[in-house]
Amino acid sequence: MGLKGKDLLTITDLSVEEIELILTTAESLKEVGGRDIKKVPALRGKTVVNLFFEPSTRTRTSFELAAKRLSADVINFSPSTSSVVKGETLIDTARNIEAMQADIIVLRHSSPGAAEHLARFVQSSVINAGDGWHEHPTQALLDLYTIKERKGKVEGLTIVIVGDVAHSRVARSNIAVLTKLGAEVRVVAPPTMLPLFVERLGARVFYRFEDALIGADAIMMLRLQRERLGRALPPSMREYAKLFCLTSERLKLAKPEAIVMHPGPLNRGIEISPAVADSPAAVILDQVTNGVSVRMALMYLLSGAA
Amino acid sequence: MNEASSKQTLIRTVCIQGGIVIDPGHVNGRADVLIKNGKIVEVGYPLKQSIIQDATAVILDASGWIVAPGLVDLHCHLREPGFEYKETIATGSASAVAGGFTSICCMPNTQPVNDNQAITHFMLTKGQEAGKARVFPIGAITKNSDGEELANIGELVGAGCVAISDDGRPVMNSLVMRRALEYAKAFGVPVVDHCEDLHLTDGGCMNEGVVSTELGMPGIPDASEEVMVARNLALADLTGVHVHLAHLSTARSVELVRHAKSQGLPVSAEVCPHHFSISEEAVRGYQANAKMNPPLRTNEDMLALKQGLVDGTIDVIATDHAPHAVQEKQLEFDSAPFGIVGFETALPLTLQLVHDGVLSLEQALDKLTRAPAQLFHLPVGSLSPGSLADVVIFAPEEEWVVDPEQFQSKSRNTPFGGMSVKGKVKMTLVDGRLVYDAR
Repeated sequence: MGLKGKDLLTITDLSVEEIELILTTAESLKEVGGRDIKKVPALRGKTVVNLFFEPSTRTRTSFELAAKRLSADVINFSPSTSSVVKGETLIDTARNIEAMQADIIVLRHSSPGAAEHLARFVQSSVINAGDGWHEHPTQALLDLYTIKERKGKVEGLTIVIVGDVAHSRVARSNIAVLTKLGAEVRVVAPPTMLPLFVERLGARVFYRFEDALIGADAIMMLRLQRERLGRALPPSMREYAKLFCLTSERLKLAKPEAIVMHPGPLNRGIEISPAVADSPAAVILDQVTNGVSVRMALMYLLSGAA
Repeated sequence: MNEASSKQTLIRTVCIQGGIVIDPGHVNGRADVLIKNGKIVEVGYPLKQSIIQDATAVILDASGWIVAPGLVDLHCHLREPGFEYKETIATGSASAVAGGFTSICCMPNTQPVNDNQAITHFMLTKGQEAGKARVFPIGAITKNSDGEELANIGELVGAGCVAISDDGRPVMNSLVMRRALEYAKAFGVPVVDHCEDLHLTDGGCMNEGVVSTELGMPGIPDASEEVMVARNLALADLTGVHVHLAHLSTARSVELVRHAKSQGLPVSAEVCPHHFSISEEAVRGYQANAKMNPPLRTNEDMLALKQGLVDGTIDVIATDHAPHAVQEKQLEFDSAPFGIVGFETALPLTLQLVHDGVLSLEQALDKLTRAPAQLFHLPVGSLSPGSLADVVIFAPEEEWVVDPEQFQSKSRNTPFGGMSVKGKVKMTLVDGRLVYDAR
């Protein structure tokens, strides 16, 4: 048993069964990280290429660790040290990598649809590690895993996503998968950070953070992208933090056992206060741990080793 | 056109027999067409003049087909000078006649920009050398289309430009646009505006709406077009100069123009076939061949555009033929250039309106012949005796599959590849010469 397609491009395209399969596989692979010798031979001899056109430490490291724990050979390819600077197109770069017999290509790119575009041109399995504002399916999967780990289920939960939803692939993927699995998803942000028709994605819109927090089971904070400041988006960090920082006081408005999530990296004091970030409610580091297991599960299922 | 072929035009008699002639506003029915010396001599059935004794006469059998004035396109991009790898005037002209277009007006966003008589002369010369569709250059509004200083509009018109336009780079500064309109008044040419507020567009690459939200793509809001439509209408009112609005794409744009016309403002509008044929849904899958500016919009917009054609708010259909090389359209969606080719699909897409009962065949052809010619004062678009013998003959019901590899254009960038369409051009004549023959 495996996944239907050769690639993992969007979470929107995954069926509930496929999502379940990935999560159960992740669960069984999670204990590998707890061993003395953190390795299983499942992907021995396979080649995984991390093709990251955007800077990333945690996602890339997470994929690299996941592949290595499965005994795969991993190559990291980032454009500043490569032929892209010489004008090579994405397709040609990828085909060259494929010609070196890469089994799995993990792609992060600033253009929405880049992974889908790439997957059309190569035989290798393509995993979307984030394509512009569009999707970050593995993030949504590890977020889902973390919520289920803490809460037992997703259906019927109230989950609040806070921040620059319009420019967030994490938000898009999460809204898609959480609504698919029956959660009530709320988005809260200044209107300039919410895309047109965001309700059509299945989320309830709030402009006031306090209103959205009432009865929340999980609060997912998005990173304020400082590069967007000023240009008609949050006038300043001060204003944004004043209105949208998750402080201990605000956290009290949510349910008593509410969990706090963040895809990282944190802007302490901007979207999340240090007190909350370091509190027991925060599952941020669990997300990171689970990220490795989920990515291991994905590569295992896509490689045909399953 | 060389000596020998021009002699042939002078000598030759051509008779188009057996077809149904639709000369919008004049003829609609079974008729034969007699051409002599590159001009229409008579249209009727039976012909009063006899050709039986003329041994050199060429008989073209148009039985079962429609015979109409050669199509007139007010908006296309021939890419020469500067971007010959996408298209040349010769290949564009060949593509045009393959689509039934005998007169094409090409935009100035070449390299260098057509903001001076040298480039205008170059385009005219290349068009004549190609010997297919008539090429009518459109000059730039501002120098280098930078949107700041007026170009030598008098010189451009004198050299042969039939209109001026900022297409490619809209004139954002309204004072500059006002001066351009006032200045153009003296030369009697329409000013064509590509209505877009670049600030509102803000890097968008498709319609801003439900689909762009799902796809995580930066969007171009309706308002980007509408604020400039409104601005241009206000300036048309202020200056009294004919403003022609290029490629309208939104419902509100149509409403604004409808209102302006009811007030008697000197405004005309065009629509491109893709905007009334497919919606933003075509972008799904990140197909760069569905990327153009203005972008594909919603079903509501499509309906409004069709209604605009029906009630006359929209005067003409134009192609905005915009060739791009294969490797350019193979880039990621947001990096790919805007634009699709259009000459060779415009007629069948327009005929779909007829098949759907939106327009009659005569009304549809009017939007592609008489109306555009009249708007730009071009001496074409009619089959009345004395007219230039530019004719298109097509089979209105013939089904065929759009195959971009078969295009006469150098480029292949169309979202309609693989689509089954109805309406096939069989023959195209310019000056009474057969310049395209698909029999």
